Amino acid sequence: MASSATVGDLVSQPYKYGFVTDIETEKIAKGLSEDVVRLISAKKNEPAFLLDFRLRSFRQWLQMEEPDWATLGHPPIDYQEIIYYAAPKQQEKKASLDEVDPKLLETFEKLGIPLSEQKRLSNVAVDAVFDSVSIATTYREKLAEHGVIFCSISEAVKDHADLIEKYLGTVVPGNDNYFAALNSAVFSDGSFVFIPKRVECPMELSTYFRINSGDTGQFERTLIVAEEGASVSYLEGCTAPMFDTNQLHAAVVELVALDDASIKYSTVQNWYAGDENGKGGIYNFVTKRGQCRGDRSHISWTQVETGSAITWKYPSCVLQGADSVGEFYSVALTNNRQQADTGTKMIHVGPRTRSTIVSKGISAGHSSNSYRGLVQLGPKAVGARNYSQCDSMLIGDQAAANTYPYIRSQQPDASIEHEASTCRISADQLFYLQSRGIAFEEAVSMMVSGFCRDVFNQLPMEFAAEADKLLALKLEGSVG
Amino acid sequence: MIRPDAPVLLEIRDLQARVEDQPILKGVSLTIRAGEIHAVMGRNGSGKSTLSKVLAGHPAYTVTGGTVRYVGDDLLSLEPELRARAGLFLGFQYPVEIPGVSNLEFLRVATNARRAGKGEEELDTFAFEDLVRERLQVVQMDPAFLERSVNEGFSGGEKKRNEILQMALLDPLVAVLDETDSGLDIDALRIVAGGVNHLAGPDNATLLITHYQRLLDVITPDYVHVMAVGRILRTGGKELALELEERGYDWVDAELAALERTPAEVG
Ligand SMILES: Nc1ncnc2c1ncn2[C@@H]1O[C@H](COP(=O)(O)OP(=O)(O)OP(=O)(O)O)[C@@H](O)[C@H]1O
Ligand SMILES: [Mg+2]
Repeated sequence: MASSATVGDLVSQPYKYGFVTDIETEKIAKGLSEDVVRLISAKKNEPAFLLDFRLRSFRQWLQMEEPDWATLGHPPIDYQEIIYYAAPKQQEKKASLDEVDPKLLETFEKLGIPLSEQKRLSNVAVDAVFDSVSIATTYREKLAEHGVIFCSISEAVKDHADLIEKYLGTVVPGNDNYFAALNSAVFSDGSFVFIPKRVECPMELSTYFRINSGDTGQFERTLIVAEEGASVSYLEGCTAPMFDTNQLHAAVVELVALDDASIKYSTVQNWYAGDENGKGGIYNFVTKRGQCRGDRSHISWTQVETGSAITWKYPSCVLQGADSVGEFYSVALTNNRQQADTGTKMIHVGPRTRSTIVSKGISAGHSSNSYRGLVQLGPKAVGARNYSQCDSMLIGDQAAANTYPYIRSQQPDASIEHEASTCRISADQLFYLQSRGIAFEEAVSMMVSGFCRDVFNQLPMEFAAEADKLLALKLEGSVG
Repeated sequence: MIRPDAPVLLEIRDLQARVEDQPILKGVSLTIRAGEIHAVMGRNGSGKSTLSKVLAGHPAYTVTGGTVRYVGDDLLSLEPELRARAGLFLGFQYPVEIPGVSNLEFLRVATNARRAGKGEEELDTFAFEDLVRERLQVVQMDPAFLERSVNEGFSGGEKKRNEILQMALLDPLVAVLDETDSGLDIDALRIVAGGVNHLAGPDNATLLITHYQRLLDVITPDYVHVMAVGRILRTGGKELALELEERGYDWVDAELAALERTPAEVG
């Protein structure tokens, strides 16, 4: 009977991006050793300083242990079962898009990221990364006119080695943590952004990461540098096919903001999350950190985390420059058997530094969603301030939400505010909306977007509506 | 207003429903024609709200028997939102709060959903603001309530007025009002009843669930039904409500007991 089946019948829509592109791939043998690290570096013709960086990181990684402090559970990861380099077979990066394998272009088109000249997103430059390599970056010439560098990190290593040597590993050192060390040893590709002094980047920059191979780890590395007075808004998107095995994704993102510079980094993470029984899905262990190196600099993280079987991620700000500002706006949604342990660290070093944390966790199904955040005020952070707000929304009665706020302050007079709340979407609320003619999906989406509004308002306009829809889609069939 | 030739809007036949494993409705039959006002009374727990929620399609209730035809359609096969778009309105006994969803936005989406159901075009934000301001007067509600989240922090009476405001916007064909009068002060009762009378017309119908004659003093029902343990035990005109007011429900037990015996004696 329809009325009682309303909720039950709304079976989760299959993950839209779960297809696999059938393309010939060049892979190295699985397993990790110093030779593999050397091989990756050799494939990319890297300069000696980079190979050194990789090898140092690798040796340190060998000494390290996988962290186990997060509220996450998964079978042990066998690092020797993973392939560390996979690239679609095409020679050299293409000078023009016409030469890129049409299958790849088609793949990105299917993902809603058209790369071809005619169909490009207007005012968004895109770097498209497929497995371990970047296959195309749009609008490069236009950006170059403004002195903006936007290219894959592999190209940057070739063409802007000085900048890479100067900045890579300065925010997240090679031995920062287990997953960062692993990434530093084997990272394959990612994006590099450089905004010179006093330049306001004329368009949104965006990198789209696509994992295609089933047995390959994804280790991308992103570096964004904004010089004095420069500003940029950057968006990262990601999807992966549905495999019933788990894939490891261990990325590192470093942001550097000099005096008066501003970087806004947004992520819409939609890796495959596994099926409703928790089979398959991406293990997402990511280190993201921004350094407000200059006075009055500003770094803002906005993330919408909807995918992955496991999310372990704490985009952080080191507020070194006086009067610098760090922000973290997060929506993390978990459904079925997904687990997320995510949050931020705001490290106040300089005087009068300010940080804002707004975290919205939504847990449905049997999932578990934890916020873990650190606010640290050092001895010189006189007059520093923090405001944190952590809200959880529970859907159904099987899901779990936790909040772990840590405060370490050496400033007795500092202003640190923390607010937290928990609410639940009930079947009665949804029925109330439905009984007013509002369809189930729309009802969920109305409630969820009300809850997430403070965060969605921070997303670039083009993506705010997308985020709304994405959440609604992820929640289908989760209430009742 | 009773017109024997008026079209039947709602026809409930031997409706049975349970929640989890517990049968609650045990065979309800009721026919409502255009222009009529029906009152359903009965003891606490007799199944009045259950009947209203089954009609609106609440997923917690499973229909185990019977049929409901709504303007010729099989009501029970429709999703709750489609019932609403087709003009069935339920004024809740306990309207829920929906934090984070603006009342104005909610009312606009709901109104447009209903308009789509009538084949009318969508109202944009400005046109809707005009409409809502006009309808606010029916319930004499302060426009400030539009700016708040749906029912959040509303007093009991304010929630009920918000229900009638929704009814005024959604232009229902059949409105089921579940104890819309309870929790209202004397002025509010008059305002809400005035609103219901104002909206009742020859083409629509109203099903009032109430415990009190004072509501029926202001809204005159054409029929009064008494519910007991999931059935309609007796139907009469407006005098039946007065009789209940005087005698209470004790007689119900006797009739129920008789009802329990009947099958055995017959069989
Ligand atoms: N979701 C539910 N779970 C368990 N029991 C329920 C549920 N809904 C209704 N019932 C039971 O069904 C019976 C009828 O409830 P209902 O709310 O329909 O009564 P009512 O006639 O509206 O009463 P009142 O006059 O107090 O509003 C009650 O015994 C009630 O406890
Ligand atoms: Mg009731």
